[in-house]
Amino acid sequence: MISKEAAEQAAYEIMFKAGIDIPDDYLAGIKGMAAAEDGDLSAFVLEAMLENYEAASEDRRPMCADTGVPRYYVKAGNEAKIEGGFIALEQALRSATARATHDIPLRPNRVHPLWRTDHNNNIGINAPEVEYSFEPDADWVDITTVHKGGLFGTDYRMLFPGDGIDGIKRFFLDGMIAFGKRGLACQPAIVGVGLGGSKDTCMVLGKQAACLRIVGDRNPDPEIAKLELELQELGNSIGMGAMGFVGKSMVVDCHIEAGYTHTGGMPMSLHAFCLSSRRATMRLHPGGRAEFRTDPTWFTPYMRRETVSWEKPQSARQSA
Amino acid sequence: MGKAPERKTVRLKTPVTDEALAALELGDVVYLDGLIYTAREGVYKKILADGAAPPAPFAELGNVNFHCSPAAVQQEDGSLHVSAVTATASFRFSKWMKDWFAASGAKMVIGKGGMSEEDYKTLFVPAGAVYLTTVGYGTGALLGRGIKNVKAAHWLDELGIAQAMWVLEVEKFGPLLVESDHAGNSLFERNNREINEGIDKLYEGLKKPSLQRFGETDDREQELI
Ligand code: SF4
Repeated sequence: MISKEAAEQAAYEIMFKAGIDIPDDYLAGIKGMAAAEDGDLSAFVLEAMLENYEAASEDRRPMCADTGVPRYYVKAGNEAKIEGGFIALEQALRSATARATHDIPLRPNRVHPLWRTDHNNNIGINAPEVEYSFEPDADWVDITTVHKGGLFGTDYRMLFPGDGIDGIKRFFLDGMIAFGKRGLACQPAIVGVGLGGSKDTCMVLGKQAACLRIVGDRNPDPEIAKLELELQELGNSIGMGAMGFVGKSMVVDCHIEAGYTHTGGMPMSLHAFCLSSRRATMRLHPGGRAEFRTDPTWFTPYMRRETVSWEKPQSARQSA
Repeated sequence: MGKAPERKTVRLKTPVTDEALAALELGDVVYLDGLIYTAREGVYKKILADGAAPPAPFAELGNVNFHCSPAAVQQEDGSLHVSAVTATASFRFSKWMKDWFAASGAKMVIGKGGMSEEDYKTLFVPAGAVYLTTVGYGTGALLGRGIKNVKAAHWLDELGIAQAMWVLEVEKFGPLLVESDHAGNSLFERNNREINEGIDKLYEGLKKPSLQRFGETDDREQELI
């Protein structure tokens, strides 16, 4: 049994980690880009960001004052049991969000879309979002929080099979150029691409691809993996860098997730996870042990299954 | 680190003087010392549209207007604590700026993303004002370090944390980049022009989309703001 206090404490702690400490994979990616950038303004911006990450960690203050929209991803092992069930878990996530907002402090970003009511705690109708997935043969629960910023850098387009890879590249370029100018997307970003599914699935897959896969991770389909690298390269060849200044630092990494879609279409979504790529995960084991990490490992082989029934592949990561 | 070429760096005391502003060049790095205040649509509307009196004489608030909402909290004892600050996108406020300059005497606007060169020439230059952009834009922790004291948070209850008028005492507040100069030139637009030259080439050989969309331009030299 996983206690509800342990769940609340875990969610509270990862709110701090996500808001304050930049994940290692993203940090290494930005360091690499800073070293390679030859646009002098873009390089200046990247160095200022590297200093900012240090200042945030040293002072225990948020790396960016724009909280984004804090949310959670919960992956529950098929054998996991939570005290009070999922209703208690959702209560714990809300309570942790409100406490962390006050204690860090984070900017209370969440308001009613029409009345602009602000409860000053990042809690409201449908906020924070909680998305679920499941994992066979496991008794733990993973709680991941993502604080994704960005009013800019996200888009959707219905493409058609005839548009092919050209259509994907065209939409990718359109989005990068439009949102890259003046650095509206706070690039360099981890760019997530959702391909297929229905419209809502397409948006969800692209968002998860941006926020729940780490820099350097490749899609297991070798052709998709190739396309990820191609799109990254394309984004970095626009001639634009950080803040939209002349340079080449646009895309730290590109992640594509696919979902089977309508036979007549090829919907595509685009998501940019910004210079404050905030994510943190805690794994809760029965009995109270909690393990922190920055790689959510959300897309497990089980998540990407394509057949009627699930059989554990020989090569599956043991404890993914 | 330390690879980027050194940039001209200046430290300015607020209220900023005309002479200091005239010496600023596009792309200079600026750090501020003194008082700055936040004001965005909530404050603009209250003072300019609803006719409310400013909460203190502008002579006491200084002449630097920051487009921002801080990550802040009011402690149980009533004191105010700001942990980080990040600017908010300024282009949305351009319609207020002419009247705001006239009412407040502001000479410097700090924000995110700048405004258009046209706005600088028609609104900023006549008021003798320049625009400084925050960097990143996620340098919230660095900017937060520069805040030494919250002097006041006017209209906090009425407008909320994001829209209230925060008066901040700052020291080595930055880095900020000079985005518009006294002649109304824009650093962003100068960079855009250079980048736009290469854009057509990126699309060469990609076939046209099957479906056109309403409300969309394919002039990629245009900006979204
Ligand atoms: S997009 Fe990211 S880095 Fe930029 S202001 Fe928002 S949260 Fe901060």
